[in-house]
Amino acid sequence: MREDTPRTRRTRRSWRGWGGVAGMAAACALVVTAVAVPLRGAGAADGARSATPGGVLSAKYASTDDTCDHPEASGQRPSTVDGDAVRRIKEHGKLIVGVDQNSYLWGFRDPATGQITGFDIDLVRAIAKDILGDPEKVQFLTVPTDQRIPMIKAGKVDMVVRTMTINCSRLKDVAFSTAYFEAGQQLLVPLQGTPITGLDTSLNGRTVCTAKGSTGETKLKEDSHGAKVVLVPNQLDCLVRLQLNLVDAVFTDNALAAGQAAQDPSVHLIGQKVTTEPYGVAMNLRDTDLVARVNKVLEDYRSGGVNSPWMQAYRHWLAAKLPDVTGPPAPLYKN
Amino acid sequence: MTQTPTGSGIPAAQGYGAPPAPRVPQPPARPPAVPPPPPPRRRAWSEGADRLRAAATTEPGRLRIIGAVLAVLVVAFGAVTAWQITDRASAASDVVNHSAPLSAKAAEIYRSLADADTTASGGFLIGGQQPKSVTDRYDNDLRTASKLIAEAAGNAQGSATTLEQISLLNQQLKGYTEEVARAGVNNRQGFPVGGAHLRYANELMRQDGGLLDTADKLYKAETARLGEDYGSAKALPWLAWSLGAIALGALLWAQRRSYRRTNRVFNQGMLAASAASVVVLLWAVVGHTVAASQLDTSYDHGAKSLQVLNSARIGVLQARGDENLTLVARGSGASYETNFQGGMSTLAGKDPKGVGGEMAQALALADDEAGRSPVNDAIKGVQAWRGRHTAARASDNEGNYADAVAQVIGGKNQQGEVVTATTGQCFDVVDASLRKAVDHEQQEFVQAANDGRGALTGLPAGAALLAVLAAAGAALGIGRRLSEYR
Repeated sequence: MREDTPRTRRTRRSWRGWGGVAGMAAACALVVTAVAVPLRGAGAADGARSATPGGVLSAKYASTDDTCDHPEASGQRPSTVDGDAVRRIKEHGKLIVGVDQNSYLWGFRDPATGQITGFDIDLVRAIAKDILGDPEKVQFLTVPTDQRIPMIKAGKVDMVVRTMTINCSRLKDVAFSTAYFEAGQQLLVPLQGTPITGLDTSLNGRTVCTAKGSTGETKLKEDSHGAKVVLVPNQLDCLVRLQLNLVDAVFTDNALAAGQAAQDPSVHLIGQKVTTEPYGVAMNLRDTDLVARVNKVLEDYRSGGVNSPWMQAYRHWLAAKLPDVTGPPAPLYKN
Repeated sequence: MTQTPTGSGIPAAQGYGAPPAPRVPQPPARPPAVPPPPPPRRRAWSEGADRLRAAATTEPGRLRIIGAVLAVLVVAFGAVTAWQITDRASAASDVVNHSAPLSAKAAEIYRSLADADTTASGGFLIGGQQPKSVTDRYDNDLRTASKLIAEAAGNAQGSATTLEQISLLNQQLKGYTEEVARAGVNNRQGFPVGGAHLRYANELMRQDGGLLDTADKLYKAETARLGEDYGSAKALPWLAWSLGAIALGALLWAQRRSYRRTNRVFNQGMLAASAASVVVLLWAVVGHTVAASQLDTSYDHGAKSLQVLNSARIGVLQARGDENLTLVARGSGASYETNFQGGMSTLAGKDPKGVGGEMAQALALADDEAGRSPVNDAIKGVQAWRGRHTAARASDNEGNYADAVAQVIGGKNQQGEVVTATTGQCFDVVDASLRKAVDHEQQEFVQAANDGRGALTGLPAGAALLAVLAAAGAALGIGRRLSEYR
């Protein structure tokens, strides 16, 4: 994020200097979570309402190789105004979305129906319904992890909805919606017979598996707590090795780990999340109108309290393995 | 020969080879240690030497010596020919009966394992309840592999490395089948980790030191043994040929000597001996040359073709496995697609519509229409396959996964239509054609190798018999001259 460093400083300076304005924006963002009402034209009026203390200020920086303030703050306010990108999608008649077929609970192909389903996919359907009026008008492209950003930049997909963490280094290449989930790196271990209690000294002498190029790898490089690290191409390969007793623990997103635990009842998440990783819908930097549109869909998706579409999807897909989530993360905007 | 016992020359000459002879030079050093025994021995030896020396001074004596040397040379020639040719023939028969089948079996172990892996990935794509044909093929492959591995163990002849490879194979095969089973169980429950298990099973198959690598080492070891047997069978019997030349030379010299002394042009006995020796020598030279050239043919048209075809068959299986796994990986299969393209290039050249790689080699090595025709079928199959594969990849890349699967293994596409032009059909055609080609070349190989072995049939026994006759002839010829001195 070389060229972003000055901008980052500027942002920080402006944050300090215009404390009032920034505070207002933050408060405004908090309100969205707390009240969960549609926030069309969110602004000073909403900001005036009292805000419940929430996640905004406690948000940590997910990226470990790059720092910036609040990467999860989306650049576009929600809007329904059709721009070039939205018009392009309407003309095409189908929303082209990069997804994963192997992340259980998030985006996976159900062999029984042959359809891709999951928490991410429910969100994709909601976006398609809003833009094209039909949740089925989606062309799913399976995108490997390392192809997410290239596919967006090349315009081969309209968006990527694939448990993609919003972080500072990625902001150079793609635009993100507001965060729609907050995950974090956590350890997955067998239910029985493991001395591992978390990312601590109990890992000493143990073998931990994580995906190559993942945040987990970076984190373990910083401090492996004496563990031997096994790197595999895909997080699911870690579950295979855990099942075969080739490794003692898996270190990955708790969101993905929950998917793994759901496929094998003899493993579970332990300890605490050691990072905070907001997931966002990634789009082309040029498609500002689409980012605004998705943010608007997300506002609708989050609204409705315990019966919001978000909570329904959460209960359907995630609650069993990722309990204790009370609601979606608060949206945050840059301006 | 009947006269020889009466004279003392020949027995004395035979005394040269008698056991005490080598000790002769030593007696001067010995006497102090064992004083009494040496004198009689020395006397016996020096008596023989004296007699020989004495004999050499007279013509009958010289004739006796010549007769003895000729007989010994001719008999030695016959014996060495019989021995060396027997050795070549047994190496040739090892090629046909032992090392070639072992090499073929090792290739079959490799093929069965690769086939099992390909079948498993195809079955996984079908998902749910697998058709009986798929489970049968998979079970069959594993049964064949296990059976042949056990046989290879029996034929290892105590080779430590071979035994180690065999135990590695057994051990890994167990882990492999367990992984495939786990993949199936998880897939049935709709868990994506099933695909990860299948990819891990594939890794066990293909990684360095994995099943295929070990099977390949076994194959190479068996093929090296085949090469050794070829080498032994084709090694020129120089000793036999040289002895033959020397024996003939000696016979000619003796006849010339006899002619000069008696003015008789022919000595019938020695003439017969020469004729018999010439026959043995010619037979040995021609027989071995024919055998070696037949073995060369069997190697060029059989063993070499078989090696290329076996390699091509395995390449086909792996390409099919890669094609399946690209879909099993559901979007993270770029490395499998790269493998597929690389494998196809090795198999049939860079140009998807051209003829190259191992297919072109196999075609060049096939020496008759019956050999070329299945290879040509396979080439056409590969070309069609590559075209359909490109179409299937395009479907997958456009997000039409169900279409891509249907284009690869058959079944219904997203529109509910049954896809008839699948890459699987092409694979089946190519696999079957190559199997046909392998069978044909195997037959050619066995035939040529058997012909080679056949060229040596009767030679050892014939050489021995003729040599005895030649020796008798030489002895008679000399005996006739000797009788003139009575």
